[in-house]
Amino acid sequence: MANSLYGPLDPAPDAGYVDAPPRMGFFTDTSVCIGCKACEVACKEWNAVPDDGFDLLGQSYDNTGGLSANTWRHVAFIEQPAPSETVFLGMPGADKPDFRWLMMSNVCKHCTHAGCLDVCPTGALFRTEFGTVVVQEDVCNGCGYCVAACPYGVIDRREGDGRAWKCTMCYDRMGDGLTPACAQACPTESIQYGELDLLRETAAERVEKLHAEGVGSARLYGHDERDGVGGDGAFFLLLDEPEVYGLPPDPVVTTKDLPDMWKRAGIAALTMAASVAVAFLGRRR
Amino acid sequence: MSPRGGDRPMVPKADFRSYYGRPIVRPAPWTHDVAAYLFSGGLAAGSALLAAGGQATGRPRLRRAGRVAALGAAAVSGYLLVADLGRPERFHHMLRVAKPTSPMSMGVWIFSAFSAAAGVAAVAEAAPLMPTEAARKVLPPVGSAAGLAAGAIAPALATYTAVLLSDTATPSWHAAYAEMPFVFAGSALASGAGVGLLADPSPPVRRMAALGAALELYGAHRIETTKGLLSEPYATGKAGRLLRTGRALTAAGVAGAMLGRRSRVVSAVAGLSLLAASAITRFGIFEGGMASARDPRYTVVPQRERIAGEKTD
Repeated sequence: MANSLYGPLDPAPDAGYVDAPPRMGFFTDTSVCIGCKACEVACKEWNAVPDDGFDLLGQSYDNTGGLSANTWRHVAFIEQPAPSETVFLGMPGADKPDFRWLMMSNVCKHCTHAGCLDVCPTGALFRTEFGTVVVQEDVCNGCGYCVAACPYGVIDRREGDGRAWKCTMCYDRMGDGLTPACAQACPTESIQYGELDLLRETAAERVEKLHAEGVGSARLYGHDERDGVGGDGAFFLLLDEPEVYGLPPDPVVTTKDLPDMWKRAGIAALTMAASVAVAFLGRRR
Repeated sequence: MSPRGGDRPMVPKADFRSYYGRPIVRPAPWTHDVAAYLFSGGLAAGSALLAAGGQATGRPRLRRAGRVAALGAAAVSGYLLVADLGRPERFHHMLRVAKPTSPMSMGVWIFSAFSAAAGVAAVAEAAPLMPTEAARKVLPPVGSAAGLAAGAIAPALATYTAVLLSDTATPSWHAAYAEMPFVFAGSALASGAGVGLLADPSPPVRRMAALGAALELYGAHRIETTKGLLSEPYATGKAGRLLRTGRALTAAGVAGAMLGRRSRVVSAVAGLSLLAASAITRFGIFEGGMASARDPRYTVVPQRERIAGEKTD
């Protein structure tokens, strides 16, 4: 079944754009992430995102916990016993490490089928000509429906502000041909920005190379347009299962089932009307 | 480890992996206002159907009580819906669009149309108090038309809220999408019948109570038992306690309605029991979904099972 609710498609033309520019996206290669959080800082600076408070979570170097209304790029830190494939860099005075650090800069996925956008009742969330998903802050009335609809737990309502906020892929920079702040700031090109089609090719080559080098755990996440959300506009190269990074292993956009849901509600509504008819037209006692 | 840190072990239970035990999907940022609206909206719908039935079969007491309860419940619903927004002063932004992919957008239009009709129907009940002869003559037929319109929209009002909850990434709400509309339809009927039992405990009201309770109990039972791991949040914790209480009150209410034919007092108590049951059941469904969103187990394990299933196919 491929329609506007499910299956592969190009979202900008599907949303009605004529002569839309190529779909833009992020490829985040976690194998070269060094956990510097430059992406988090650059994002905050450019988008004037408020601070997260000063919590110490005791979860490695992660003290913000995850994406939120005030964290649009989030670096996850996972400490693990090292798998045998760990590459020894030959640092002087060091033995082969017995643990490894996984680091990943997470971000809004800008889904092909975006649950947040589908359920937004005000039209505040919209599809841009670049195929990304953006909230209009002057329209959002803070109903919170998008928050519950996101299969990744990305979009969030900001305390004290009341509206929903998330990554815009720096829509304001994109329009001027600039690179989004996080990708611009990334010192290792862990975050790559560009035309999604080209990024998918780059990513496939990168996985092949890593496999050839013996890193069998390398796999792509969100690259496949046949997945439950029609593919992500921001996809990843991971070194372990998605849930280890706090990502859902097999996300499916909730609106895939919406036609069925309306059907069931319709049957229930008819049952309800019929029950009242039976109750009132039954024999008089 | 708990989401906020602490000294508990790093791995919650060993059957699935997660990032420090943190949730993956986000629970809806909704307060109990929304759970209360699930009840008040259903009550408005059930009452409007009660009124329409009373109107069609010449039972003025049911008609009047139903119309007044429908308007009252609709007014409370409107308040709850606006109060739960992050930006209540922007509630009218809902009226910018009509979006079939957004159950909330559809709900806004259903609720608006219903409230207008229910409002006119309720005001028409004041016809005898009107100062002019013309108003006394015109209001009743207008009220009849509005009452039937409200009754016609009521089933949509009572069931769309199930789509509203199911059309989310909240695991146990989404998993329950096939049965939740029947729970909500039954719950709305039972609460409407509750109003009827208080106002005029007549045979149609008792039948409405029994049919509503049957739908509600059957649907809830399916949700609590057929969704595998995703049934668990409805059977345990706060949601489990609420749903068990709701079930007991529904059963007591129906029993009272059936057995207490000769007593106004027993009928009234049965009506109150059905109203309480409807409210508590809605809170139970609400809480069950919220609990499923707060624990990554309910996101990860079913998705892992789906992947495993696809591989063996």
